[in-house]
Amino acid sequence: MHPYPFAYRRATSVDEALQLLASEDDPKLLAGGQSLLPVMKLRFAQPGTLIDISEIADLRGVSLDGDTLTIGALTTHHDLESDPLVAKHAPVLLEAAHVIGDQQVRNRGTIGGALVHADPAADYPAGVLALDATIVARGSNGEREIPISEFFQGFMTTALEPDELVTAIRIPAPGEATGSNYQKLANPASGYAIVGIAAVVTKAEDGTIASLRLGLTGVGEMPYRATAVEDALVGQEPTGDAIRAAAKKAVEGIEPLDDLHAPADYRRKVACNLTRRAIINALDTLQA
Amino acid sequence: MAESTKVTVSTTVNGSPVTAEVEPRTLLVHLIRDSLGLTGTHTGCETGQCGACTVLLDGKAVKSCMVLGVQAEGHEITTIEGLAPRGELHPIQHAFWEHHGLQCGFCTPGMVLSSLALLDENPDPDDDAIRHGIEGNICRCTGYNSILESVHDAAKRIQRGDQPEPISADESPRSA
Repeated sequence: MHPYPFAYRRATSVDEALQLLASEDDPKLLAGGQSLLPVMKLRFAQPGTLIDISEIADLRGVSLDGDTLTIGALTTHHDLESDPLVAKHAPVLLEAAHVIGDQQVRNRGTIGGALVHADPAADYPAGVLALDATIVARGSNGEREIPISEFFQGFMTTALEPDELVTAIRIPAPGEATGSNYQKLANPASGYAIVGIAAVVTKAEDGTIASLRLGLTGVGEMPYRATAVEDALVGQEPTGDAIRAAAKKAVEGIEPLDDLHAPADYRRKVACNLTRRAIINALDTLQA
Repeated sequence: MAESTKVTVSTTVNGSPVTAEVEPRTLLVHLIRDSLGLTGTHTGCETGQCGACTVLLDGKAVKSCMVLGVQAEGHEITTIEGLAPRGELHPIQHAFWEHHGLQCGFCTPGMVLSSLALLDENPDPDDDAIRHGIEGNICRCTGYNSILESVHDAAKRIQRGDQPEPISADESPRSA
């Protein structure tokens, strides 16, 4: 299986990658390649030039600056799932990384690549939505920050401009009193999420839910926040009944995907059930 | 249509420096098999599903059908041929042989390399860790239980310092 022919350029810095993006014919950035190369082998994509950014060391690794966790765009899923800072400050992302694809894919695939590919069944989008992340991009007009709420724009479509590349993902490092959980029903063949749900929760001193963010992937044509569930629970006592009732709103306003693996009605039911489970488990991690 | 001129790739395979002339679109698995003649790396599905083409890239397991040959430039590749000299078995191969961790053998080179990478990071994995580590390698013969046993035994062999060694005549299945 061969892709269509293309020219190959290896960039060693972000500046060089941006120059090549501007000058090469029909360019495409290659990060870990675990989504792009299969798509090219199937000949769904036919870039003129592949700009290999996988060797740009500056874009790899995790750091904590004050209360902001910065994850380099080229941090692999495996590096991320083994990182102590991620384990401490964004464990829900570690849970997601742990169940992406398989070991070989986790060794090579990157968080930036996965987010810009924006597969509607990818795992990270649920986590970055629930963590209220910010995408940092650089382009010919310099650097800009894209709130995650504006990043996903449709089926495999993001707010990234053609002359931009993602350099990092910034996450507000939540305090100690934050609980989180990722729930996933995986397609047994592909490993992609039929439904994936990340929950991030905090409680007030009186025991009511102070904040709740729920990111859902696999359900609709793009990942989304289940704001109807969040609104129903914030300020409330987290009783089993309250959570069960609120979780039924997980697919409110969304037209669920419908395919032979999971008809729309099944997806809706799984999404509601896993939402309930994710909230309960996230609250449990708070008490632990 | 883009150019398809060949480029020179310089890399290290099983400890030896090699160069190959390939098109940018040539997958690493084809560079290894066709340019270098190392056919121990198998092409199963070529779509990234089966893991038969697994090799180590700088010590990490990758599917060589999901990496371009040109991306090996300046890196170190380990294939199944690099584990033990001809006629000898690496401790992992020995464990697979002993515990019937294979039947047809098609998935075995990839399975052994995934096991090697796993044991390198986690010298004493439990069942869950082994299943997680080799989940990218599909075997249609064994049902995986004998592979789990093989990897557990391989961990013991490596921990006690076993080296690659020839199969002795009394171990050979033909003598049974």
